[in-house]
Amino acid sequence: MYSVRLWAAKHARLFEVAYNAFHPVLTGLQPVWKALGDERSERVVGTVERLSKEWLFDCRMCGQCILSSTGMSCPMNCPKSMRNGPCGGVMQDGHCEVKPDMRCVWVEAWEGSRKMRHGDLIGVVQAPVDHRLKGASSWLREASRTTRDQEQDRHD
Amino acid sequence: MTSMTQQTQKGCDQQARGFAAKDPSGRLEQVLRAGNFAITTEIAPPDSANPQDVFDRAAVFRGFVDSMNATDGSGANCHMSSSAMCALLSRAGFETVMQISCRDRNRIAIQGDVLGASALGINNILCLTGDGVQAGDHPQAKPVFDLDSMSLLETIISLRDKHQFLSGRRISDAPNVFLGAAENPFAPPFGMRAMRLAKKVAAGAQFIQTQYCFDLPRMRTFMHQCRDLGLLEKCFILPGVGPLASARAARWMRQNVPGVHIPDAIIERLEGALDQQAEGRNICIEMIQALQEIEGVSGVHIMAHRQESSVPSIVQASGALRGRTPWTPALNPLDQTQTAEA
Repeated sequence: MYSVRLWAAKHARLFEVAYNAFHPVLTGLQPVWKALGDERSERVVGTVERLSKEWLFDCRMCGQCILSSTGMSCPMNCPKSMRNGPCGGVMQDGHCEVKPDMRCVWVEAWEGSRKMRHGDLIGVVQAPVDHRLKGASSWLREASRTTRDQEQDRHD
Repeated sequence: MTSMTQQTQKGCDQQARGFAAKDPSGRLEQVLRAGNFAITTEIAPPDSANPQDVFDRAAVFRGFVDSMNATDGSGANCHMSSSAMCALLSRAGFETVMQISCRDRNRIAIQGDVLGASALGINNILCLTGDGVQAGDHPQAKPVFDLDSMSLLETIISLRDKHQFLSGRRISDAPNVFLGAAENPFAPPFGMRAMRLAKKVAAGAQFIQTQYCFDLPRMRTFMHQCRDLGLLEKCFILPGVGPLASARAARWMRQNVPGVHIPDAIIERLEGALDQQAEGRNICIEMIQALQEIEGVSGVHIMAHRQESSVPSIVQASGALRGRTPWTPALNPLDQTQTAEA
């Protein structure tokens, strides 16, 4: 919802804290996700993720969430799908050139990022979207990636 | 085809005719690296399949600009393609900047175009996200936006420096291009603009052309921020300038062209003038002169849509070339009896 999403970006720090608390839980449950199997865990976690993030951020389920790097403003709401910052067409009042009724998601992202502890992640160049992941759960990907990294660290 | 001797002679002020052979860099890069104040301009692609239309449009700028940007469906309107324009002009000896917008093509098409462009002798590429389709004459079109300007830069860097496609597949001969990007210091979020430029430089941008500059104080602030981020040593910045035709045209642009910011003072000055068009040119000349004084400004990019014929007089009056004459090819590239005075 548009008004909720503006509120979420205004409270980006709150969501940063919440996500940081949530992340270890998600990763700790990795054995459960594994036991459930890809398809079932995708259905369960994917549904919860979609419902919560759709309501909070107007999430489009790109499957490669970067909200932590974009001030908790979802870049997939940008009509140009810009994942690396605002285009040059932002209007003087901070609204979108394509959808003039909407605030530019990157104006929101910039303001949100200034409230976050790790807001400078907004300066990191993001790779292009992998369109195969559309609709998939970012949370599950993140959980398995973190688990893999931790195992890698133990081997090293 | 170009002979070896012609290739070795090719330098800052010369370029071989015919299919331009691979050179370490194009003239624009050489002019900038030599520390000259560079002048680039925008050439509007015709709504036509006639090459003569392209050469006629380019002829206006002969001897006054270092390079011409051929726009890629600017404003989401359909015209002759940027790659075809640049290929025609490069073969005639003009230095061009090919523009690539992410609006109309996906990563497969774009990478193919970059290889093809380099093979056709195009030296410079400007990476843009592009205007939304709603702005143009085909609003029913599907907006692609598979990449954004930033990932487009990284994609071409992969081709040029890593010799591979995004997929990792190797290419045998890399495209040798000087890479540019755009920035708009005059649009919100102002706090992020210099940082976004830093991102573009990190992604591979070597030169930057900006949106129209009508607001000097804001340009100065932006350049100071760029200096503080250490960007002035890493890229060449060419602010955009252009003559306003009248106060009415200025108001229309401010209202209808996304990202164009024209302060009230400029519009009032135009309104107060007897000859508004001449005043628009004077403002442009003064802007070029003022921009030259700002640390880190390496040139200007003149966008004179529908006022192309005013560019030579503006350049001359501004003194920005400092006595230099950019190299020019033959008067009429389609006329085989004429040759370039190399």
